[in-house]
Amino acid sequence: MTAGLSAAETNQGAPQQDAPIEADAVIVGAGPIGLFAVFELGLLDVKAHVIDILGKPGGQCAELYPEKPIYDVPGLPVVTGQELTDRLMEQIKPFGAAFHLGERIDGLARRADGTFELMTDAGKRFIAKTVVIAAGGGSFTPKRPPLEGIEAFEGTSVFYAVRRMEDLRGKDVLIVGGGDSALDWTLNLAPLARSLTLMHRRDDFRGAPHSVEKMRSLVAEGTVKLVIGQVTKLEGSNGQLQGVMAKTAAGEEHIVCNAMLPFFGLTMKLGPIADWGLNLDENLVPADTEKFETSTPGIFAIGDINTYPGKLKLILSGFHEAALMAQAAARIVHPGRKFTFQYTTSSSSLQKKLGVK
Amino acid sequence: MSATLRMLQEAGAIMVKITFIQPDGSSQTVQAEPGMTVMEAAKSNDVPGIDAECGGACACATCHVFVDEAWRARTGAAGDMEEDMLDFAFDVRPESRLCCQIKVKTDLDGLIVRVPAKQF
Repeated sequence: MTAGLSAAETNQGAPQQDAPIEADAVIVGAGPIGLFAVFELGLLDVKAHVIDILGKPGGQCAELYPEKPIYDVPGLPVVTGQELTDRLMEQIKPFGAAFHLGERIDGLARRADGTFELMTDAGKRFIAKTVVIAAGGGSFTPKRPPLEGIEAFEGTSVFYAVRRMEDLRGKDVLIVGGGDSALDWTLNLAPLARSLTLMHRRDDFRGAPHSVEKMRSLVAEGTVKLVIGQVTKLEGSNGQLQGVMAKTAAGEEHIVCNAMLPFFGLTMKLGPIADWGLNLDENLVPADTEKFETSTPGIFAIGDINTYPGKLKLILSGFHEAALMAQAAARIVHPGRKFTFQYTTSSSSLQKKLGVK
Repeated sequence: MSATLRMLQEAGAIMVKITFIQPDGSSQTVQAEPGMTVMEAAKSNDVPGIDAECGGACACATCHVFVDEAWRARTGAAGDMEEDMLDFAFDVRPESRLCCQIKVKTDLDGLIVRVPAKQF
């Protein structure tokens, strides 16, 4: 899980002011359905840009269950989440989609001419003829420990990602967690921080063995303090953390810190999609079943994020939705063109697009 | 296990009782079929506080429960992967388990688990 978090953390550039990227279609989400949408759109000459908050394609398949078997993808009796992702990436290769990973679409607005302007959290802008929301369960965001009053410290003393290491220079830093994010930041921040405490609930770490080894040597030489325990209470006021109480094997322990970095993995939140002016139904985006278009013409919703009568959250259903969406989206991107339905098996024009020799 | 017992079990005739106790002390006893998981038993009976976001893939930590002391030996300890996922849970205790990883068996008839104040 930490791999995704690290990827999100790499997105630390200042907002970009470059000219917007012009796109036929912007696909929000690089899960299996977003990837297959590239294929279906590609067959109809709609070129796609794919944006995902994770640092790799595959969405939940790659982030939550890369090694878990899936048994209900037609034609593949058993396939793991990662294999399915890899196969889809291979399948869509001929269409040269542009991937923007580690970025989240924050803003979406319809322009006067019917196109859409989108902006990522890194300030990258797109002008798109169509938008395909394939955001699954929403955007992966860092988990917030359910500690009372933690919201008041977020952004001032509690950070879920490190944007600028310099901001933590000279601080008494507490890092909580046992995966790669916790370990990597322990190693990176130890030289800068005034003091650094790493807290984990057990004396066993999931992170890369060489990082664990390095961390242990910093603990041995006294640069890093390792506490086996769990935070129970935050102390401080006006957004300024002064310390935490922790439950350890020995009982209660007080730890002085003025910056805390909790790394408890990722969870899925609907996120900014809620602000795009779309009709929502319990955090899902209603779509019709002919084109899988939302309440806003030109914006489509496919896969787990959408809802309609009879909806099943199955990968195979999302594939079907992608195919029908593509037919409608292509008619927006190429107005006036006559579309004839073709099979990849027999159409020389489709095979040319696929690079079949 | 006798052949008759196995037959009854396969026919779904033998059900196991599981009690979920909420943080406010209220409790709910549900019938579960051997072979399903404790998480599935909770979900199919709408037990509050068992989110199971990942659907039972041991890929989140939102079906966290505390197994009653008397039952800990019979449910066993968390496996390696489950321990890793428990790192993402809150207020983890020695009796913590992810209930998608506890298979319902006939010898768990009467099992008592506590639902934590928060899944996260």
